[in-house]
Amino acid sequence: MTMKTKKLLLGDEALALGAINAGLSGAYAYPGTPSTEILEFVQCNDVAKSRGIHSHWSSNEKTALEEALGMSFCGKRAIVSMKHVGLNVAADPFVNSAMTGAHGGLLVISADDPSMHSSQNEQDSRFYASFAMMPALEPSSQQEAYDMGTYGFSLSEELHLPVMIRMVTRLAHSRAVVETDENPENENELAYPANPRQWVLMPGNSRVRYRELIAQQADLERLSEESKFNRFQEGSNRRIGILVSGIAYNYVNECFPDGCPFPLLKISQYPLPRNMVAKLADSCDMVLVVEEGQPVIERGLRGLLDRGVSVRGKLDGTLPSSGELNPDNVAAAIAALVPDMKKQLLKASPEPAKIVAPRPPALCQGCGHRDVYAALNAALEEFPSPKVFGDIGCYTLGWLAPYNAIDTCVDMGASITMAKGAADAGQHPSVAIIGDSTFTHSGMTGLLDAINENTPMTVIISDNLTTGMTGGQESQGTGKIEEICLGLGVSPEHLMTIDSLPRNHAEMKTLFQQEFSYKGLSVIVSRRECIQTARRHAKK
Amino acid sequence: MKTDIILAGVGGQGILSIATILGAAALRDDLYLKQAEVHGMSQRGGDVMSCLRISSTPIASDLIPTGAADLIVSLEPMESLRYVQFLSPTGWIVSNTVPFVNIPDYPAINDVINELERRDNVIAFDMDATAKEVATQRSSNMVLLGAASTLIDIPTEKIENGIRTIFAAKGEKMVESNLAAFRAGRLRAQHREQ
Ligand code: SF4
Repeated sequence: MTMKTKKLLLGDEALALGAINAGLSGAYAYPGTPSTEILEFVQCNDVAKSRGIHSHWSSNEKTALEEALGMSFCGKRAIVSMKHVGLNVAADPFVNSAMTGAHGGLLVISADDPSMHSSQNEQDSRFYASFAMMPALEPSSQQEAYDMGTYGFSLSEELHLPVMIRMVTRLAHSRAVVETDENPENENELAYPANPRQWVLMPGNSRVRYRELIAQQADLERLSEESKFNRFQEGSNRRIGILVSGIAYNYVNECFPDGCPFPLLKISQYPLPRNMVAKLADSCDMVLVVEEGQPVIERGLRGLLDRGVSVRGKLDGTLPSSGELNPDNVAAAIAALVPDMKKQLLKASPEPAKIVAPRPPALCQGCGHRDVYAALNAALEEFPSPKVFGDIGCYTLGWLAPYNAIDTCVDMGASITMAKGAADAGQHPSVAIIGDSTFTHSGMTGLLDAINENTPMTVIISDNLTTGMTGGQESQGTGKIEEICLGLGVSPEHLMTIDSLPRNHAEMKTLFQQEFSYKGLSVIVSRRECIQTARRHAKK
Repeated sequence: MKTDIILAGVGGQGILSIATILGAAALRDDLYLKQAEVHGMSQRGGDVMSCLRISSTPIASDLIPTGAADLIVSLEPMESLRYVQFLSPTGWIVSNTVPFVNIPDYPAINDVINELERRDNVIAFDMDATAKEVATQRSSNMVLLGAASTLIDIPTEKIENGIRTIFAAKGEKMVESNLAAFRAGRLRAQHREQ
């Protein structure tokens, strides 16, 4: 009998601890809300420290995933974690890792952000898993997140495939009591794949491997049918059946404190177990699909013609098609389909108070980005139509009043490349503003394009010596930004460094203006440590 | 027991340490707990809210349904009002009355206080002042926790132990001043109830 200890853990932390206790050898990640706490937990964990488990931040999600794949190739267990849009960056190795397969257990954790609390879209990572033909797990609770550490690694090693674990904000960032094991399992020994051929994805090998992967899908489905995380619950009221996945399960349960009266199928492992879904469909008049994120399951159930089982969900407006689920909109959906339950499900709630004003987030008082924007705005005043291409980080908040300083924010690194495209189109001044961490994540390659054509544009690297937005993780370019720029080929005469401080306002403005008038590429590194990170450093 | 609490404030004010302390206390009392918090962009001086659910039986949702919260516990008066739709008909608001003004269109503070006090079950006072009297202004969140603790069914010693655990690393003086703030908040709320 193994000992269990109760711990209060975030979903992210539970998942990380589950992986450590299952014999993890390496954790890889680039910070991104809501996934950041996974690697942070490994960094602080005693077992991980004493075993020397890898937990250094990677430059971006693609490098992180490839590093984890390399560890898996050597037979060891690895996790790689990222936010949903990070999976776009890592899409190439992700899809191809299903082709190579995994050797040591490999868990690819992608944390979605429905409602866009801290993201630019609501894309659903489950699409990627089915696209890559990989199994996916979707925990519905912190306990399941913990349990999926051991389970996920075994599944990955049994199938010789990476396994996706899909998290969502409300699980990643919600704490609950989790029963955890006392004695972590040993790490795997170094060992190499039995079939080395499939790790070389040349067309001849890939064709063979792809047929295997297709043939394997039946096994994936069988394992979903047998999974302890997928459960069918009988129900006496057959007016509807509820097909629910991940944390949406909790919202359905919240509606029925005495137990759900309808037949219910809870899904936490993909691909969908067809027999279980059929059983649900056969035991009710209409299936309500309740899933967090995009209607992945619902689309599958409806198919193109939607002439089979009667399906309700996000596509017909029974549930809202954007924003996250919550106990209220789930209760409303059930009540809409079963009107005589309205009284039981819908409770009166007080009117919202009209006096309340919105309080949007803002750059911290004393943040160096503020000084950059103040000087930039002043320097751009004389131009009729300057364009400033922004990027992802705290400095995206520069779009808001009082600065209103940026014109775009698209994806990591897009400031430099969009500024280049705009300059190519004849835009002047064309300015890119990017943080240090975003620069080393995805800015360097775009900068090389601009260097090679000496594009007339100005790149401001607002270097706060950290990854500020996600809480101050170390940034991979710290202390090396100028060297990187010079190494890539930025002209030394047009690479400037200045401290982003209020007292340097005039000097910064002059510097910006001077470089706007240069008809080639300039890079200005404006530097000051993030005050939040500086505060934490001071406390240590 | 079952208590659903909405913790509210402005990013950086320290509502999450209240959640951490109650969490530690609930864990010791072998209670179930779920606490959804906000990280990332929303923390930069924007409004922050955390759902804290404590119960002697298993809890389903991490989020509290509207009309179901037993308590709104807020470090800022306008922020306490942001979530009134979550309050159950018998629920209470416990709030600091000191405004945190970091937006240009913050409403007139008297209107905010009137709106707050016209509600049925409210404990609202200047918690910064109480904190300053017995400790330092930074402990106003412990005054708030003290005031709220009168409405939470967890033994006071267990919450005090939670405070000890959380502040232990910062030294005995920090522990004592936070405990003092907690007790002052508690006393003030009890006084008010009579
Ligand atoms: S966290 Fe750091 S980088 Fe972000 S706004 Fe605050 S001071 Fe600036």
